[in-house]
Amino acid sequence: MSAVSAVQLEKGSTSTVETPVRETETREEEELDVPWQVVVHNDPVNLMSYVTMVFQRVFGYPREKAEVHMLEVHHKGRSILWSGAREPAEFYVQQLHGYLLLATLEKIV
Amino acid sequence: MVISCSPRWRKSFDMEICRQGDTLQISDLDPFLAELLRQIPQSTNPEGAPGAEARLFSRPAAEKKICAEWKSYVEPELRRLFRSASETVAADLTQLNGNEKSLRNRTLRIPVEHADAWLNALNQARLVIATKYNFSDEELNDHDRSPIGSRRDLGLFQINFYGFLQEFILREISS
Repeated sequence: MSAVSAVQLEKGSTSTVETPVRETETREEEELDVPWQVVVHNDPVNLMSYVTMVFQRVFGYPREKAEVHMLEVHHKGRSILWSGAREPAEFYVQQLHGYLLLATLEKIV
Repeated sequence: MVISCSPRWRKSFDMEICRQGDTLQISDLDPFLAELLRQIPQSTNPEGAPGAEARLFSRPAAEKKICAEWKSYVEPELRRLFRSASETVAADLTQLNGNEKSLRNRTLRIPVEHADAWLNALNQARLVIATKYNFSDEELNDHDRSPIGSRRDLGLFQINFYGFLQEFILREISS
């Protein structure tokens, strides 16, 4: 709601203008999006060369970086490929599943 | 992961594989390998093997809500993608239709633009077969086992043969 006041503009004429009023709105504070991470897990069937190619294609990583992640998956069982907002993270996981890689979306705690 | 699929078994089975322009060519195929190629589309079918179905459509997250949404919205798209890849491969494989005699020294030509579909279908087939027979890591790295013996041995041979084809296609499309 806004208050209205009369303002003398010129001699003999009056007009009404809306006086700005600071609106106070009660809104529930939205929960900030917690970062998510895209994790790829080891799989005994997928070829190392295939996994490297998928990382290059999905994340646009250069071959060397893709190989580092591929080797991390191979030796440690998992690698975090990306972290950030949930929506793009879901998109990445969907693409990885399209290539039949074992990938999950995990909330960073 | 499997490091590579060695073609050591080629000692006993004949075929030549090369790229000619926009075509990947597998020639001098013997009837046995031709039959394994023809089995790719049906090998991608996870029906009757719940483990294989679960592997092809793995859980995207620990959260139940995300998994439920995924099943409704993403999984149908993945099914379409996998089916499309398998159908493309099946269409290419019609070149190998015929009886055993006519399969002798047959050549299969795969357009390079179908390479992604082939990589996908071969991967589906390898994952489904591996899950059906529950092969161990050690078995999956055994590239010398003869396909003659049991259906399980043949399954392992199929995984290796399909892996070798994947390696070849990967090399050709990245060169």
